[in-house]
Amino acid sequence: MATKSLKARQVELAENDTQLDILNGGIFADGELPYFKDKIAEIGQFPLRPKKLEILQINVGYMCNQVCEHCHVDAGPDRKEIMTRETMEQCLEVIRNTGAHTLDLTGGAPEMNPNFRWFVEEAAKAGIRDFIVRSNLTIMRANKKYYDLPQFFKKHRVHVVSSMPHYTRGKTDKQRGDGVFDKSIKALQELNAVGYGLPDSELKLDLVYNPSGAYLPGDQAALERDFKKALIEDFGIHFHNLFAITNLPIARFLDYLIASENYEDYMYALVDAYNPAAVANVMCTNTISVSWDGWLYDCDFNQMLGLKVASKVKHIADYNEDLLNNRNIIISQHCYGCTAGAGSSCQGTVA
Amino acid sequence: MANSYYDPADLRKFGKITEWSEEIGNKFFDYYGKVFEEGALSAREKSLIALAVAHVVKCPYCIDAYTKDGLQRGITKEEMMEAVHAGAAIESGATLVHGVQMMNKYNKLSM
Ligand code: SF4
Ligand code: SF4
Repeated sequence: MATKSLKARQVELAENDTQLDILNGGIFADGELPYFKDKIAEIGQFPLRPKKLEILQINVGYMCNQVCEHCHVDAGPDRKEIMTRETMEQCLEVIRNTGAHTLDLTGGAPEMNPNFRWFVEEAAKAGIRDFIVRSNLTIMRANKKYYDLPQFFKKHRVHVVSSMPHYTRGKTDKQRGDGVFDKSIKALQELNAVGYGLPDSELKLDLVYNPSGAYLPGDQAALERDFKKALIEDFGIHFHNLFAITNLPIARFLDYLIASENYEDYMYALVDAYNPAAVANVMCTNTISVSWDGWLYDCDFNQMLGLKVASKVKHIADYNEDLLNNRNIIISQHCYGCTAGAGSSCQGTVA
Repeated sequence: MANSYYDPADLRKFGKITEWSEEIGNKFFDYYGKVFEEGALSAREKSLIALAVAHVVKCPYCIDAYTKDGLQRGITKEEMMEAVHAGAAIESGATLVHGVQMMNKYNKLSM
């Protein structure tokens, strides 16, 4: 497994334009597969438009303690893009006034931002209904200074959403690196110990599952049953919901697909599994994504492709919800990842 | 014309068999879909049975399809390999049980 980001390795694929050329060219340009735009035009959904804003997703930086093979952020310890306190202050201003009911902090490992705790404390005061932090679990065991994160999250009633690729050690470590499984199990036990994820507990603990390879996630409910059974029987671990998320062909996952000669088959699989019923609820229809440097995007994926919102307002400093809600969403062929099967978003299936 | 008997890309075209015989083609796919739904057996169990049978009938398309299906369902490689062994054991058992026929014939023909 690589220990550096594509960016640090100066791989050509780290460039947005290279990725977009691949997504717009090849089997799509030669007509073998239809463009996403044409597919959604068939059901009158082009241009794709937002509905009511519900989720504000803020990416506080691309630095991460892990270098997962499938990462669409191309995150890693070598990434230096970290949200500053000034940008956080601009975000807080927006959080206090937004109509969104969910605040969703992501990264990288958001906990590695030096101002993370301050930001969480301040944001928690805004009284947003659902305050999510996406935590990769191992960060809670990466260093002593993170050991108290479960208590910290509890204090601020944070909803913890954590990634867990499989309930077996082999599969987890293959996708995320050696030792990730044991550390994740330990972190889940610590979260359970303070009350997270227990049946009927108000301290929400959900897991995110991404396939570890060039295939789509199976039925979310069946996977949740299998995960619950295995984690309770083997480790006495409880959690609430499992979100099955499709890997989108971006950044390291795209690099993997190309290197393993799975790219075309994977795109065929996504297009074959296209579900028109998922289109109306794709994530970008109710979410705004903010990058570490304050730019606004339709979703975290578009952020990684450098596709800023098509609106007069492009930066958190000029944030205006009404103007933003009146934009067209920027799409490309990676969007097929959101409409495959039961659909996929940061909150799991959508159809 | 392809210059080999099997082309992995042909699996994607499986659905097209209905084009030359729509009614029975559709009936087959309806039946096929129904068989693999959750029932008295879980869809997961049926996926493993399908994988074992795929090996026994030595269909490369089915092997590709049900390996991927297993991965999607979170089935582990150990489970998949055991399923293949179950199929292989029945197949080799079916060969070996004919050894009794050979023994019978041998005995009958020998003084
Ligand atoms: S997938 Fe998550 S945990 Fe893994 S490298 Fe990317 S941001 Fe870090
Ligand atoms: S990738 Fe982003 S823009 Fe495309 S459909 Fe998914 S959420 Fe929307």
